[in-house]
Amino acid sequence: MNKNLLAASAATLAMALTVASCGNASDPKLNQTGAAPDLPKVNETLVPAMKISPPASWNGETPTVPAGFTVSAFATDLKIPRQMLVLPNGDVLVAEGRGGHAPPLRPKDVIAGVIKKQGNTKIKGGNRITLLRDANNDGIPELRTVLVENLDAPYGLAYVDGFLYVAEQGALIRFAFQPGQTGIATPAERVTELPSRINHHWTKSLTASADGSKLYVGTGSNSNIGERGMAVEEERATVWEIDRITGARRTIATGIRNPTALAIEPTTSLLWSVVNERDELGPQLVPDYLTQVKDGAFYGWPYSYWGQNRDPRVMPQNPEMVAKAIRPDYALGSHVAALGLDFARNGGFGGSFANGAFIGMHGSWNRQDPSGYKVVWVPFNAGRPAGQPVDFATGFLKDGKARGRPVGVAFDGNKRVLFVADDLSNTVWRIAPAR
Amino acid sequence: MNTHGLSGAVVRPLHGVLLAFPIALFTFALFTDIAYLKTSEIQWTNFSAWLIAGALVFGGAAGVFSIIDFVFGRSRRALIHLVALALAWVLGLVNAFKHSQDAWSSVGAFGLILSILCTILVLVAGWTAYAARESVQ
Repeated sequence: MNKNLLAASAATLAMALTVASCGNASDPKLNQTGAAPDLPKVNETLVPAMKISPPASWNGETPTVPAGFTVSAFATDLKIPRQMLVLPNGDVLVAEGRGGHAPPLRPKDVIAGVIKKQGNTKIKGGNRITLLRDANNDGIPELRTVLVENLDAPYGLAYVDGFLYVAEQGALIRFAFQPGQTGIATPAERVTELPSRINHHWTKSLTASADGSKLYVGTGSNSNIGERGMAVEEERATVWEIDRITGARRTIATGIRNPTALAIEPTTSLLWSVVNERDELGPQLVPDYLTQVKDGAFYGWPYSYWGQNRDPRVMPQNPEMVAKAIRPDYALGSHVAALGLDFARNGGFGGSFANGAFIGMHGSWNRQDPSGYKVVWVPFNAGRPAGQPVDFATGFLKDGKARGRPVGVAFDGNKRVLFVADDLSNTVWRIAPAR
Repeated sequence: MNTHGLSGAVVRPLHGVLLAFPIALFTFALFTDIAYLKTSEIQWTNFSAWLIAGALVFGGAAGVFSIIDFVFGRSRRALIHLVALALAWVLGLVNAFKHSQDAWSSVGAFGLILSILCTILVLVAGWTAYAARESVQ
């Protein structure tokens, strides 16, 4: 009797642990990029895959770029560089900081928070904008100065007609500013408040329309898939259009889980975004994507993904909303964490890098085989993606360790230079054709 | 080895107090799971997650005493108690991972079954422990 009891309990224990530690591997044969990605079945595991690539130093090395290009550290020792803006005079602005004030809601949040911290910089965010000037284009800035500080987790940047617009984590603000200025003494003016309660996804992306009359702000969801309750998701996972003069706003896209960077496609003047999709459905779900932000579109979150693929975790389900969900334009791969987007302008780098988009990928945590950790090029033709993505800057991951994690990308069409912000090594990389 | 004096003054009452937590917490986690499945109100599953975590912490501490009890007592009752508590703890651990999934997946049918099993097992563990106490006196 006693032996039977012990044997039964040991068997249960072994079974329980097997179930708990059951992982799943990626299928390299699946094509997860482009207009029609392969989507495997939902595969939830009891223990979510958490693969943090521990940080390592560059030790004087640099990212790998295509033949014919040169790469160098344009600025180092920044305080968590995120998005950048190239001003009309060629000065480069870098928004630095870290936001978010989501309290741990479950034991999971406490544990996952500690684990994810291992893959990030230990530096405290700068909450400032740094200006870098390299007027002679030799790759070494003659001037580096803090343009404005004491901001609240600045992220998106835009310049229009005498004003510098900054999307902080809780408000869109602006400063009277003329390119050439190296400091801002005037106080900020608030254009509009932005959703900031909890701020699970705190980054507020920003860009201006081609004619400068509108500003677009992307706000991420307040949870992975609504596990903080839908009440805190009001106006989250949206793109707003804000009238630059009146400040009036209109929600142009919804269900767009985390639109981390916005940019205007130069040949069509249409608005595009890179978007981070949901976690914990398996290593190859759900692909992050690049899409034109269509006015009035619903992109599915949280009810469905990649069009009308239902997410079983969202209750109550909402078949009416699922039916409305549209497919994004172009998949970038699952868990790549696309955070940067800028288009080549003015002929780009020429050759195969003339028309298209550069995309910075911060890199994965929710899969055993890391994805992202690079900058890719998506070729465009007639204002639409045309062809598979091409690696443009790699080597951020080496021997399982992360030396850098790309965030924002900014293309200077006059000097023909691509800047890449790296928030792990706190560097801005400069990539240009070799002379 | 006679630990009856110390056992009577500290060990047994402490074991009893610690054991009271998983009995209450696993049972309440079952109620909050049912509340979540009935209402889809997220806060109920958050409660469940913390209740289960608490049950594991206190249940683990109580389990140390249960092992000592069994090793020194070698009674069938102490064994049934220990096995029931150990199973409740292991299934509770699986349930804690289940409750770390998001929204409906944090409970679902599997989470509910685990919560029911944990509750039954911890009640058995409690019953056998406290019944043993009575028989000692």
